Amino acid sequence: MASRFEDLLHPRPEGLYCPPGDFYIDPVRPVERALITHGHADHARPGHSHVMATGQTLDIMAIRYGADHARTTQPAEYGEIIDIGDVSVRFHPAGHVLGSAQIAVEWQGMRIVASGDYKPRPDPTCAAFEPVDCDVFITEATFALPVFRHPEAASEIARLLASLRRNPDRAHMIGAYSLGKAQRVIRLLRDAGYSEPIYIHGALEKLCTYYQSEGIDLGELKPATVANGEKGQFAGAVVLGPPSAFGEAWVRRFPDPLISFASGWMSIRQRARQRGVELPLIISDHADWDELIETIERISPQEVWVTHGREEALVRWCAMNDILARPLHMVGYEDEAD
Amino acid sequence: MRRFAELLETLVLTPSRNGKIRLMVDYFRSVNDPERGLALAAITRELDIPSVKPALLRQLVSVRVDEELFRLSYDYVGDLAETIALIWPVKGGEREGRNDVPTLSEVVAELLAASRREGPALVKGWLDRLDPSGRYALIKLVTGGFRIGVSSRLAKQALAEFGEVPIEEIEELWHGLEPPYESLFAWLEGDAEKPESAALAPFRPVMLSHPVEDADFTRLDPADFAGEWKWDGIRVQATVDQGVKRLYSRTGDDISGAFPDLVDALTFEGTVDGELLIARPLADASGIEIGTFSDLQQRLNRKRLTAKMLKDHPAFMRVYDVLFDGREDVRALSFRERRQRLEKRVKQFDPRRFDLSPLVEFPSWESLAAHRAEPPLPMIEGVMIKRWDAPYLAGRPRGEWFKWKRDPFLIDAVLLYAQRGHGKRSGFYSDYTFGVWREEGSARELVPVGKAYFGFTDEELKKIDRYVRNNTIERFGPVRSVRADAEKGLVLEVAFEGVNRSTRHKSGVAMRFPRISRLRWDKPPSEADTLEAVEALITGPAVDA
Ligand SMILES: [Zn+2]
Repeated sequence: MASRFEDLLHPRPEGLYCPPGDFYIDPVRPVERALITHGHADHARPGHSHVMATGQTLDIMAIRYGADHARTTQPAEYGEIIDIGDVSVRFHPAGHVLGSAQIAVEWQGMRIVASGDYKPRPDPTCAAFEPVDCDVFITEATFALPVFRHPEAASEIARLLASLRRNPDRAHMIGAYSLGKAQRVIRLLRDAGYSEPIYIHGALEKLCTYYQSEGIDLGELKPATVANGEKGQFAGAVVLGPPSAFGEAWVRRFPDPLISFASGWMSIRQRARQRGVELPLIISDHADWDELIETIERISPQEVWVTHGREEALVRWCAMNDILARPLHMVGYEDEAD
Repeated sequence: MRRFAELLETLVLTPSRNGKIRLMVDYFRSVNDPERGLALAAITRELDIPSVKPALLRQLVSVRVDEELFRLSYDYVGDLAETIALIWPVKGGEREGRNDVPTLSEVVAELLAASRREGPALVKGWLDRLDPSGRYALIKLVTGGFRIGVSSRLAKQALAEFGEVPIEEIEELWHGLEPPYESLFAWLEGDAEKPESAALAPFRPVMLSHPVEDADFTRLDPADFAGEWKWDGIRVQATVDQGVKRLYSRTGDDISGAFPDLVDALTFEGTVDGELLIARPLADASGIEIGTFSDLQQRLNRKRLTAKMLKDHPAFMRVYDVLFDGREDVRALSFRERRQRLEKRVKQFDPRRFDLSPLVEFPSWESLAAHRAEPPLPMIEGVMIKRWDAPYLAGRPRGEWFKWKRDPFLIDAVLLYAQRGHGKRSGFYSDYTFGVWREEGSARELVPVGKAYFGFTDEELKKIDRYVRNNTIERFGPVRSVRADAEKGLVLEVAFEGVNRSTRHKSGVAMRFPRISRLRWDKPPSEADTLEAVEALITGPAVDA
């Protein structure tokens, strides 16, 4: 059933399209004009002609794809009202990763918020999520099952520290997504009083440096490269790498590696076990089930549109609570290795 | 319960044996009685509490969670206990720190005091007070579905390390003890004397052997030693103590329940050591015929014993030592004296269920080697060499008993698939599926015949790993398919103990205990063995008929 809101935004194969503004939000194919919520690879892709995003997201895209990823770019400040044709847009913090934003689109008295990926709980590495009053709230559904209730990140970090104490001879190898998760884990470790150098895989280096240049203190970071005869220095060390590095030779260079993984998926222990994860850390940059429904209740929009993840369960919950909801069946957004 | 839940969770996720032991030792050290003893009982499956059916738990959830949301979640998670543990909604929210978590002792005590009907209500109350890990542990505990990869042997090893005592002392005591094992912990912590083994028919730690080495033959005088066949059955200890009958495995697990036919036939007083086999009476009732290894496996694999199974696969014990002759402890006597006692004793045993393992006479090591090369039965896997003067000593004393196994079977096979390992080997392709040639007319194809994941050195592992990475033709998940055809492929010399027919495997054969014995980088894959050659080694009927 088409509603009038669809005149303002609706899904197309390229992504969410706004006809009166002639732009896409987080398009998965190259387009003329793209508004990008955040720097994760499935949302921010190279090859658009014109890109509007927060300054930090633009910086991150330039780090990942080179400065020429788009013909022109335009930074948006959080809270700043920007007119595109008849439409006015505004970027609000999403609390997901550094620079992440929800994009509010307003036209003819209607307001739709495309929230991208978000998490309402505090994160020391990015601006806090801000609920925005709207008619239609477009939400992700990565962890939209009532089995996902993420514990406090600090308690997960405490488990990591306990494991370091218990296994002082083993290198703790933590798989963490290179944008956002890695820096958050490092920052959380620092907040918990861990002051040893933290070793990072080469793939994390540029983004960590960028976070630090943006004023997020990550403490002393060292490259996780094992020189001959220096394996010993990694005993009891914390080593971070992207999940993709864990199938490769890299891991074996470390002394008696203890495999850990920081992700919301780790709440399902069978999964952790199947992947050979010895220390699962439930640290997620997405809203968990309670946070998804609390956010919807709090914003109380007329309609909820569900983009990617476990849409079925969230739509079911909305139906049980008399909230009009439908899945958008967007393709191209993966469950990132988060 | 919180600490217990954490222990279970880390045990499940810790791949290494030493890691598991370390976790248990830490736990015993940091948790008080009776909590730690109950945890020990849960792990060793000695905790006897009234169980709650999984269907009842599902009912409890359905009151609180929408049926459809539960279904979607269960679909996604795949495990009922884990789904319930994660989905259980707590009023006031998960993140409200709770400090009234039930202890394991509280849970056990209340369940024991409750009627079967009261069980679910109790569980409901506890689920509300626990976090997801605690709920998972509770559900596993009350449904009796414990599978955490810890054998009771491993738990006893942890106790031994905790108290710095030999594991044999714990095994010997074990059956006289009951949860929560307070006297055991007090002794292990040096606060009390060793508990008396009060129970009747306790387990007596068994004597084990060392593999014989080449140097031993020049060092040792054959005249000092007795020879016996080494049986390929299950090492057991049968004991009768004032009418209490028990059958133990070599690690002290009470396996009486699995072999009621043999236990019923225990009519003597004392303790004997021997091998459990399958043996059927001959048609003319003149004696028995020993069954094959796969006969034994069929009997072991059966969860429920049917009358037919008992009749077709009768349990039998071939005895070779005596520890208690009547009430007399004869372990300090020499093997020669014990053997004399045993020979006399066995005459009183039921000949359909027991016989004496014969001695193998040998004037020289060469003559023993000749016996070993030609065993009279397929159920023999080599010879045992026992010092005539040796007392019966717990554990693996040096220089007393030796085993000299028959050479394994060997075939040359070709590496087909490799899978990534776990833990220490998680960065390596360390689990290998290998195949041999099946020939039909002039057509040849490689068919998988088995899997092996040990037998190579770390150095060799690195080489195979490199080979796998450089010769991958397809990847699916953690598995890589490796190029293997007549021209190109890695030939592995595989050693194994025997081969059975199997309908479960595409090749129709199943190997026993296969391991990599050599890497044949020199050998072209076209010269690997054929399926026909492997089939020729089949010694028994199908294992999975
Ligand atoms: Zn994202």
